[in-house]
Amino acid sequence: MTISTLVKAAATEAATVEFRGLRREFGPTVALDGLDLTVQPGELLALLGPSGCGKTTALRMLAGFEHPDSGQVLVDGEDVTGVPAHRRDAGMVFQSYSLFPHLNALDNVAFGLRMRKVRAAERRTRAAELLELVGLADKGERFPHQLSGGQQQRVALARALALRPRVLLLDEPLSALDAKVRTTLREEIRRLQQELGITTLFITHDQEEALSMADRVAVMRDGRVEQCSTPTELYSRPATAFVAGFVGTMSRVPGVMAAGDTVEVLGRRVPVTGDGAAAGASVDVLLRPEGVEVEPDPEAGGRVAATAFLGATTRITVRLPDGCEVKADVSTRRAGEFPVGARVAVGLPDQAVMVVDRAAR
Amino acid sequence: MARLNLWRWGVLGLAALYFLVPLAASVVFSVDMGDRISFDAYSRIAGTDGFVTSLLLALELAVATIALVLLLMVPAMVALRLGAPKLRPVVEIVCSLPLVVPPIAFVAGISTVLKWGPEYLSRTPLFQTMVAIQNPDFPVVLVLAYVVMALPFVYRALDAGLRAIDVRTLVEAARSCGASWPQALLQAVLPNLRGALLNASFLTLALVLGEYTVAHLLGFRPFAVWIVDISGAQAQMSVAVSVLSLLVTWVMLLALAALGGRRPATPTASQG
Repeated sequence: MTISTLVKAAATEAATVEFRGLRREFGPTVALDGLDLTVQPGELLALLGPSGCGKTTALRMLAGFEHPDSGQVLVDGEDVTGVPAHRRDAGMVFQSYSLFPHLNALDNVAFGLRMRKVRAAERRTRAAELLELVGLADKGERFPHQLSGGQQQRVALARALALRPRVLLLDEPLSALDAKVRTTLREEIRRLQQELGITTLFITHDQEEALSMADRVAVMRDGRVEQCSTPTELYSRPATAFVAGFVGTMSRVPGVMAAGDTVEVLGRRVPVTGDGAAAGASVDVLLRPEGVEVEPDPEAGGRVAATAFLGATTRITVRLPDGCEVKADVSTRRAGEFPVGARVAVGLPDQAVMVVDRAAR
Repeated sequence: MARLNLWRWGVLGLAALYFLVPLAASVVFSVDMGDRISFDAYSRIAGTDGFVTSLLLALELAVATIALVLLLMVPAMVALRLGAPKLRPVVEIVCSLPLVVPPIAFVAGISTVLKWGPEYLSRTPLFQTMVAIQNPDFPVVLVLAYVVMALPFVYRALDAGLRAIDVRTLVEAARSCGASWPQALLQAVLPNLRGALLNASFLTLALVLGEYTVAHLLGFRPFAVWIVDISGAQAQMSVAVSVLSLLVTWVMLLALAALGGRRPATPTASQG
């Protein structure tokens, strides 16, 4: 059993996962409100959303820990809604450290194989290979309390992969780790996932994590999927104002529709993408900080309200005469031209922008 | 630092005096034959009528009580933690009741039922049950009574153990590794409750070995009752037995503790 055979074994079994009209209420709160979502074979799909949006409930339904009030969970077209958790064939990595404290790393990884009555010698070999796969070949004899947080999550990942599951479920596995470990581990999870070609559902509330790891990202809100698309599309063409606000930074500037597909904002006319609005309607124009230009101009009405150093760029918050604020990124080399209180002119490049109804806040 | 040490030794010395003086007095009393020292009282114990049977009975009762109370409480408390955490205060109060109800009231209730039962049930098969649970060779009714009396201690010991681990995550992790519910409980939760289970067993063992009121009033004769019974006739030997039973209990607790202190055998490593 080598990594390459592991890869093969997983690749042939990559599964399609489908949520159909899942609904679940906990008392007065609606956790899932008719969730529809399909995860393609071998894909890493991130479920992104604020806390309480139902993403964890959805994952737990796939794992078999929660049951929907209505709707179905399908794996490879087969309804698994009634299948108990231990027969779901889904490996899971939990948010909190979930290793069995009484077993060492090797036995933790071998736990599932022991449950499947695999012979001791074989499960030992396989567990050792999995530990090697996550880079902990020399830590097999360590107990969980002797491992760092990052190491524990690696062992948990190896344990989740031990039964060669058809689906891998990651429930915010990185949120308890510090920033540096997080970045390395997320790259490693992605590498492993791609090598094994295993269908993966990844829960996170961290947009950077979702955008950098996932093939597709599903943004959830109030128990429904707002938008499910590739990270690039999600960022550049958000389907709703919520997605626009949740993914990346967005400023809202009031504008008036000049025509069905042109909006007048900040003193100039720019094309509109997506759904426009009727001519003459008052709208909010959504602007990314990298899509806004600022120039020092003693005659202009805008003033720098704050600056934030982000490394290569500096984010400048400009307060416009009408009171609303626009964020703009400038190269840090030029940041000295924009001290707080300085007057600046705000401009837009000739790019299409997104507008939302003024009421849709 | 030196002052703190002095204090520590002082407190330890006082506590030692408090425990050791009566113990030493007992030992002296049991070996002092007026003009000479003799361990006669100790050597006669094993041969005395009723010693072996009463001690064995007490140990059997203790084992049965521990088994029953753990079988009852462990699944109940895990279920409580996973399924109905809001019911915890209710269960806590119910489990603490035996501390409030004096054993004398408890046993009065039991004996009333035992007297009333055979008359009322004489024409039903339950009559035989009533007789069977009072079998003097192994009085099941005592086990039932002891289970109730052990509830407060067992509840507290298990509660402390369950607080220290994340039961839900452990169970779910085991389930996602292909373990059924009983397997998850036995292989993922119980091994991590070992300390709590041992504590509960300790307390129950000590309770059963030393219990007198209920056993005596129901007319059974486990170890504690036997000691009191012989003290009237053979004062010196009854003290000798008390000292010995103290040592026996100690040895058993130490044995249990030693058993619990060992690292668990690692299933994969040990076989593979």
